[in-house]
Amino acid sequence: MARDLEQYLRPGLTTAFCPGCGHGILMGLILRAIDELEINMDEMLFVSGIGCAGWIPSPNFNADTLHTLHGRSIAFATGAKMFNPKLKVLVISGDGDLVDIGGNHLIHAARRNIDLTVICANNMIYGMTGGQVCSTSPKGAFTQTTTEGNPYHPFDLCKLVDAAGATYVARYSVTQPFALISSIKKALQTEGFSFIEVLSPCPTQYGRRNRLDSPTDMIKSLMDRCITKEEVKGLLPEELEAKIITGEFSNGGN
Amino acid sequence: MKSTLSPGSYYFSGDEAIAEGAIAARCGYFAGYPITPSSEIMERISVRFKEVGGVFMQMEDEIASICSVIGASWAGAKAMTATSGPGFSLMQEGIGYAAMTETPIVVVDVQRAGPGLGQATRPASGDIMQAKWGSHGDYQIIAICPWSVQEAYDQTINAFNLAQKYRTPVFLLTEEAIGHLQERMDIREDVEIFERKKEPGAAPFGTEEGDGVPPMPAFGEGEKLLVTASTHNDYGIRKTDDPLVQAKLVSRLYSKIMNNRGKIIDYDACYMEDADILVVCYGFTARSSLFAVEKMRGEGEKVGMLRLKTLWPFADGLIRDTGSKAKKIFIPEMNKGQIAGEVMKYASCDVISYTQTNGEVIHPNTIIEQLRRLV
Repeated sequence: MARDLEQYLRPGLTTAFCPGCGHGILMGLILRAIDELEINMDEMLFVSGIGCAGWIPSPNFNADTLHTLHGRSIAFATGAKMFNPKLKVLVISGDGDLVDIGGNHLIHAARRNIDLTVICANNMIYGMTGGQVCSTSPKGAFTQTTTEGNPYHPFDLCKLVDAAGATYVARYSVTQPFALISSIKKALQTEGFSFIEVLSPCPTQYGRRNRLDSPTDMIKSLMDRCITKEEVKGLLPEELEAKIITGEFSNGGN
Repeated sequence: MKSTLSPGSYYFSGDEAIAEGAIAARCGYFAGYPITPSSEIMERISVRFKEVGGVFMQMEDEIASICSVIGASWAGAKAMTATSGPGFSLMQEGIGYAAMTETPIVVVDVQRAGPGLGQATRPASGDIMQAKWGSHGDYQIIAICPWSVQEAYDQTINAFNLAQKYRTPVFLLTEEAIGHLQERMDIREDVEIFERKKEPGAAPFGTEEGDGVPPMPAFGEGEKLLVTASTHNDYGIRKTDDPLVQAKLVSRLYSKIMNNRGKIIDYDACYMEDADILVVCYGFTARSSLFAVEKMRGEGEKVGMLRLKTLWPFADGLIRDTGSKAKKIFIPEMNKGQIAGEVMKYASCDVISYTQTNGEVIHPNTIIEQLRRLV
């Protein structure tokens, strides 16, 4: 049972992720969702961009995988899906890839409401290139290029994608595994554009610069900061500032 | 295969002929972004695909256009985009991706006067070197250049065939003057169509055999494809620090085009046998050149003409041969001598470059005047 998910992995590969990275947890949760839905991997197309999260599906998933240019995974996915609508297309990439360099493709795909699922593994930093600030880095965050703290506010990805017209929009953390599996299943079953922002810890590049020295510190911090929409009620604005609101923000009118 | 339009004569613009050529070649996916002077290709495709069953997407920019075209090609489509200078610049990273992943795509560049935004409605041939070297790293591509509306149609079909055959980006480098030129063209009963090689289970990114072009499966066929533009082995597994894999891949991408250039390169020759002065030309400028050469022949001058239909891979052997027979080669171009530089590499005779970059086509009288100085 514990090794059941190995059937979904390409044999003979080793992980590219650092110790404490949340992307391995996310990888497992995606496969659990696929397993529970009993989706045939031969019908799936996994598309990823450049950066750590691009390695979640490619080369690991034992299915058709398209590892694309930096920022352009959604544009590649659009071409494949529009030509062959039978393909079940799941885009998995990072915040820098999907939102910074690729933000225009993200909002346009949401506007067109194309039948794609996009999972954005948000570690709030450019991990692979050595820890530079990103459009999702919190205000005040210390990074390789903001040594005195990030002066800018981050994007609220869910608000952005929701406003652009996506059918399904949700945010969860890898510290909320069961809610996240259920959300991935919903997203994969949604007809139209579905988007899940997944908070994933990066101890190597983010944590060590922001007083979250160990992987456990980062996980604990996410568990403390991530609250549900229901838990928002009763919190003072200053209490809310440090929190990350998780849950479904749009669910096709449901 | 049957032509998609009934056989007969049509009065098309070059841009419309390109759209019809793509349809005749069974293009299944087109993505583009509006830009002068290529927009008419996309406009015609958007209407005609509804009739013939292709998938058309107007994307948010040229980057998205070329990326979605590559995605569609891997999903099994014959796929194309069309643009002009600034859009062609935006597409360069995607072109390198297609070269590295051996993705058959057709990219039409209706060249306008540059650099920068230049003159959107004026012709030039300034993107010849960009087509060859626009993306980073070493790779080879195929670029063809039509001189008439008829050839815009025929060469678009050819571009699709070459792309499938060699698994490479193919450029149709036309000019505003051809894109917006209206003239009569003929459609024959049948078109010759080449389909990409398929071989279930075979390595999709490497072969030691034949022409060096591996078979190409599509997504959804159960091949569990690994497509990446990072350095990869024959099965698509990333090998980003292996010098042998890098060397082998880059060499094969290079040689699968260069070793087959005898089959790829096409040209048109007239009055060449006894020519002392040879005009080497391409695209719209070849029309003015032909007029000039015929006029000079009428005056008894031994002037000949070589029209390059294929610009890349470059016709090095042809230039070496003809350049040893002629006394002088004259090259009129709507750029600062991009092809003249190539000819100088291989020709043993004098090479005279004539360049005009004022956003106007080169008038036949200009060429006649130049030739009279040379005889």
